[in-house]
Amino acid sequence: MAKHKISVTVNGSAREAEVESRLLLVHFLRETLRLTGTHIGCDTSHCGACTVLLDGEPVKSCTVLAVQADGAKVTTVEGLEQGGKLHPVQEGFTEKHGLQCGYCTPGMMMTSVALLERNKNPSEQEIRQAIAGNLCRCTGYVNIVKAVQYAAEKVR
Amino acid sequence: MELKTDAKISGMGHAMKRKEDPRLIRGQGRYVDDIQLPSMLYMDIVRSPYAYAKIKSINAEAALKIPGVLAVITGETLAKYNLHWMPTISSDTQMVLPTDTVMYQAQEVAAVIATERYVAADGVEAVEVDYEPLTPMVDPFKALAKGAPVLRTDKKDQKDNLAFHWEAGDRADTDQALAAAEVVVTENVYLPRIHVASMETCGCIADFDPAQGKLTVYMTTQAPHAVRTVFALVAGHVGLSEERIRIISPDIGGGFGGKVPVYPGYVIAVAASVVIGKPVKWIEDRMENLQADSFARDYHMKVDLGARKDGTMTALRIKTVADHGYSNASANPSKFPAGLFSICTGSYDLKHAFCEVDAAYTNKPPGGVAYRCSFRVTEAVHAIERATDALAQKLGMDPAELRMMNFIKPGQFPYKSVLGWEYDSGDYHTALKKAMDLIGYDGLRKEQAEKRQRGELMGIGVCSFTEIVGAGPSKHFDILGLKMFDSAEIRVHPTGKAIARFGTKSQGQGHETTYAQIIAEELGIPASDIQVEEGDTDTAPYGLGTYASRSTPTAGAAGAMAARKIRDKARKIAAHLLEVNEGDLEWEPGKFYVKGAPQKSKTIQECAFAAYTNHPQGMEAGMEAVHYYDPPNLTFPFGSYICVVDIDRGTGEVKVRRFVAVDDCGNIINPMIVDGQIHGGLTQGIGPALYEEISYDENGNISGGSFLDYYVPTAVETPNWETAKTVTPSPHHPLGAKGVGESATVGAPPAIANAVVDALRHLGVTHIDIPITPEKVWQILHEKGVAE
Repeated sequence: MAKHKISVTVNGSAREAEVESRLLLVHFLRETLRLTGTHIGCDTSHCGACTVLLDGEPVKSCTVLAVQADGAKVTTVEGLEQGGKLHPVQEGFTEKHGLQCGYCTPGMMMTSVALLERNKNPSEQEIRQAIAGNLCRCTGYVNIVKAVQYAAEKVR
Repeated sequence: MELKTDAKISGMGHAMKRKEDPRLIRGQGRYVDDIQLPSMLYMDIVRSPYAYAKIKSINAEAALKIPGVLAVITGETLAKYNLHWMPTISSDTQMVLPTDTVMYQAQEVAAVIATERYVAADGVEAVEVDYEPLTPMVDPFKALAKGAPVLRTDKKDQKDNLAFHWEAGDRADTDQALAAAEVVVTENVYLPRIHVASMETCGCIADFDPAQGKLTVYMTTQAPHAVRTVFALVAGHVGLSEERIRIISPDIGGGFGGKVPVYPGYVIAVAASVVIGKPVKWIEDRMENLQADSFARDYHMKVDLGARKDGTMTALRIKTVADHGYSNASANPSKFPAGLFSICTGSYDLKHAFCEVDAAYTNKPPGGVAYRCSFRVTEAVHAIERATDALAQKLGMDPAELRMMNFIKPGQFPYKSVLGWEYDSGDYHTALKKAMDLIGYDGLRKEQAEKRQRGELMGIGVCSFTEIVGAGPSKHFDILGLKMFDSAEIRVHPTGKAIARFGTKSQGQGHETTYAQIIAEELGIPASDIQVEEGDTDTAPYGLGTYASRSTPTAGAAGAMAARKIRDKARKIAAHLLEVNEGDLEWEPGKFYVKGAPQKSKTIQECAFAAYTNHPQGMEAGMEAVHYYDPPNLTFPFGSYICVVDIDRGTGEVKVRRFVAVDDCGNIINPMIVDGQIHGGLTQGIGPALYEEISYDENGNISGGSFLDYYVPTAVETPNWETAKTVTPSPHHPLGAKGVGESATVGAPPAIANAVVDALRHLGVTHIDIPITPEKVWQILHEKGVAE
């Protein structure tokens, strides 16, 4: 199978690799770069566990080819904490008990980070709409909404 | 609840932040698929497109030509080692891989082992299987009919498709009481097949080390110790012996009962690793997970509830046909093939009751698991709570009033139910009253009456459930002969910090936090100084695992008892250090002090240090304890839920406007975690109530086999759950706790179903099977001529 050389800036570091055309971005992150914080929860881009930021926009990395990320900036959950300081969204999730098993959490947080980038004062309904593409089976979403509200207050 | 410790210690009742979170919010959790071992191989599975077919041939030639494909394993391969069949948890049998016939769609047919994940998938595509399709048996009623073709021809003594018959109660007495009842309501209530759909699917890495003859399996399992023993029993003949099997259950991305069974994939991966001598990873994809892993529910229940005209319930009879699929792979205790279904008299003081279950074999995947409920409690509660509403409707009574009238009264506890359970404690009236007050019940009934005048459809649903959780006691409960106790082992280090290990396994419930709080409560060592570990069979004491809300009732109790043993030893050391008699010492969380001279004291940390540096002559050094806790009874959490729904007359869509959940789980360890459990459980209640179902067409083709069709609720459909508590401690649990993880999954579906029927009851609707989809409601609205 044809291989392609790609350069991707992942969490601020330039990374290069030879990848198969068919390699999914999520496998590139998890298996090539060993950034296993991004999870896989379905095969149909419904669950959002694999959400990362591609040039600032949330994407489901199980539905993006690694070659499509060539030249782009990718942020994963591992890139949220800066200089030993948690991102307000990470803080919100633990303060408000917005996670239980933790499997959907990285994707859920990346979607929330993107929401707060474009809207620093989202209503409850706007938060619920924003995370509608991320499934959580544990929390019932109530505390996730509170976590995002907590983070919104922090980033304002 | 009165707090005995301060926030620094964070014993019982503190909303301590979770110890699990720092790694999980950084993406540093360690789930099975995150683990990568040197020279690891990948396994992928060929699955059957047919529900029932003969396998004429399997041709692996093309697959084996693909560079990187190392092996294709079939039933014939496993048969050489006598590993092509395995026992289920319910002591039935199931194929690991078939040698001649497939019995359900998505059944494992062959496994491809390759050097890379994608190459293994290529291999699966290239394996050619020639099938001869047979006519599948999809309907469990037809399967049980006389003369139906027998599916399990592999079982010598099986002359029909009855997997088992089970009953509880006095049939003749109940028949008589129903015949004599002034009023009888009868409803056919179906709880469809659903799936736990945990966000992480199942998988494992089987790592056989040929040099040491040791097998390590990293595995998504809720019961690692039981799995180790089962592996040793099943594979003993190929040289796997229990001391050389290590099961490691790392971080688990949700279990809900779906990670209790041993699936064929695990066994094939183990066999592949043992034969090849390299680690083999197998991770299901979502479709495999939904289509082939154990389902839940699938109970067809005919419910008869008798009463006097004043509303006093007199008799209950439930006849059930259960669809178990191709094999009885229920995760039920041995003596209870229908689980704890006989809790079906619920919260009511019924004097006559009988229930029975006929379980059918069909051409569907085997099951069913106790999906977030203590062995068929969800089915039982749905039946009685729907029938109670039907009775209220027939008598023209308010459903809340009818419940209040029939509740077991607080003075009757401990209460012996007619079907044989001893309810430990309860106060059902207070819980329902609280829920009614919080939601403003009377006001809502007024609003409903006004809306009905205007033709608007609004419903109010009540459910007052009683659960039965925390199995053992071991004299009644075992799985494959393994008694259902659970365990804790605590070691306090010289500096007063501790490590504690348990026989259970958290899948998101927060055991690392709550177990630490239990020990903090008993020893006064800050919970933040206590490290909790589970899931590694080489280090943790033996236990039966986490499911059926049993962790707090069993392992949590074991933790408290082990801590008390340590406290007893610390008391001896403190007496030695203070040069007084043990009887002269008083305890407060964290220290012993001399009666009447509180300035003379020794902290638990000082006692721990002395246990390694200055212990009394004749006393063993060290400070550790282990306890295997066998509960004297089950615990009986309960609650009252009320919800309000609005129905769109144009689309048939049901919107849950408000939902108040009043839960009573006895004494609370961490109120933040308890609320989180209830929020999640409620959401897993609205799912099956309104959206989720796995169904089959007449050819046994699955629908609902991916997240395209299996509709897990998102944040948009999920309401803002309102929760409250009453506290009725368990009299027999050392901490007065009862367990809470599953209450809401059990209580929410009937509350929602009752609300929808309530919205339509003036039109003569008495029952709707869940999931109550817009399509079902739309059809009713059209039939009744009220559609918009």
